[in-house]
Amino acid sequence: MTANLSKSIEPMVRANGVHKNFGALTVLKGIDLTVQRGEVMCLVGPSGSGKTTFLRCINHLERVNAGRLYVDGVLVGYEERGNKLHELHPREAAKQRRDIGMVFQHFNLFPHMTALENITEAPIRVKKQPKDKAVANAKRLLDQVGLGEKAKAYPAQLSGGQQQRIAIARALAMDPKLMLFDEPTSALDPELVGEVLDVMKELARGGMTMVVVTHEMGFAREVADQLVFMDDGAVVEMGAPPDVLNSPRELRTKAFLSKVL
Amino acid sequence: MTPEPSGAAQPGSAADVIKAIPLRRPGRWIAAFVILVLVVLFIYGAATNANFQWSTYRSYLFDRRITKGVWATLQLTFLAMALGVVLGVALAVMRLSANPVLKSVAWAYLWVFRGTPVYVQLVFWGLFSSIYPHLSLGIPFAHQFAHFDIQSLQAFFFFAALGLGLNEAAYMAEIVRAGISSVGEGQSEAATALGMSWPLTMRRVVLPQAMRVIIPPTGNELISMLKTTSLVIAVPFTGDLYSQARQISGANFRPVPLLMVASTWYLAITSVLMVGQYFLEKHYAKGSSRTMTARQLRVLAKAIGNPDRGGDGA
Repeated sequence: MTANLSKSIEPMVRANGVHKNFGALTVLKGIDLTVQRGEVMCLVGPSGSGKTTFLRCINHLERVNAGRLYVDGVLVGYEERGNKLHELHPREAAKQRRDIGMVFQHFNLFPHMTALENITEAPIRVKKQPKDKAVANAKRLLDQVGLGEKAKAYPAQLSGGQQQRIAIARALAMDPKLMLFDEPTSALDPELVGEVLDVMKELARGGMTMVVVTHEMGFAREVADQLVFMDDGAVVEMGAPPDVLNSPRELRTKAFLSKVL
Repeated sequence: MTPEPSGAAQPGSAADVIKAIPLRRPGRWIAAFVILVLVVLFIYGAATNANFQWSTYRSYLFDRRITKGVWATLQLTFLAMALGVVLGVALAVMRLSANPVLKSVAWAYLWVFRGTPVYVQLVFWGLFSSIYPHLSLGIPFAHQFAHFDIQSLQAFFFFAALGLGLNEAAYMAEIVRAGISSVGEGQSEAATALGMSWPLTMRRVVLPQAMRVIIPPTGNELISMLKTTSLVIAVPFTGDLYSQARQISGANFRPVPLLMVASTWYLAITSVLMVGQYFLEKHYAKGSSRTMTARQLRVLAKAIGNPDRGGDGA
């Protein structure tokens, strides 16, 4: 009862002092932020600032070393029993990832499967959906991203923009409550960026909770509810996009924005 | 000319098709001729050389002992290879796993089986029954459920297949490992992010892509295994093709035609295996190229309304 109540008012993502280090190198130095349900958060900052690492922590592709990270009120990657943290069994970690969609910079489509098979693979194998239902759903998603006629094409036969739209459809097929985008347009030719951003804008308008690592300031300004500027493993500044972009308070934010705007 | 939206391509546009005179390549013709002459000379020489004893060759080519030997060789090859592939995949996965126990076991296996000659291993398997005359199944030092008398078991065929298979597994493990390593990290990451478990990721995402790298050297191994079966005399198992040919020539003192008989069969089987390999490689090359198949091109042309047949009712 109390668990249900607290869950419904919990933000989708809550990070409390998240630290991450690779050996001697500390990449995240205490990240505190929350993403509310239905909100779009854009993470910007120079390369090496820890944006991607933080994003990967959210679905436990990277293990958090200190602090707590909650998705939908549930601790990510660990289980708290008594006052001790226990490592999660891989099976349980996989269950947590099921309803978190992720889109990668380099698409990472499965090259030996057609566009349709890429989309139906996880629903059929992981969620045990009946095949006809998964296929029907995949076709609907392909239409949604404007690639209805490419169902039978292999990734190598598609342009970068088309591949990334298929990758978004693949993530959506698992019916996620949260979508993570890791520089989804950075590997694309300039003229292909727009078609991917359009799909993402559509998604945001539909009420999807999204965390987006991006260099597209125009997109951030138009779509984001919160803009987070990260540098050197820490959050330097965050707020509504117009505030951060037009009147940054921190020197480092100003310096970064003067280079990208 | 003005392009009509409903109009098909004009036949006149065929004038644009380039019909160039192909480049002449005299070097190829000269080389082909020289090789042809050499081949004819060799065949003529072999056919007229009495030492080849072609009549003996013909009478033994389909001899019952030879065909039985072919059958035994095929059985040995496929049994050993099956064992080698299954165990090899397991060893490769063990070597790549995060578990330090599995990792070291796999490493030790490879160290022993790649570090000793297969002939020596086969001799050892032949001596297995004198090293371990009895095998018992049960709880060590306590209760035995079953008891096997190895010495009474004349299972040279079994030991030959086992010896070849266990040796092959060590080599297959390295081939499979190379294949798995060739699949980018992003692939297993994407699968993980979709909530797929590690075994599912391996089976559905990584191994099918690794196959493209694994198949060609495995075909090589299979062909090599076919010929390595001629070493099973070390066990000693004498039912295989080479041993049979040797036994016949030991009796009739005509080694040359019988070696030709054995070689003919080895060559014939290898040729069949090569055809199989071609189709396997084609199957696992799915999606690896942006070049479309003829079928895909037809579908695409139809989808964008190619003026292949006139008047499309769009």
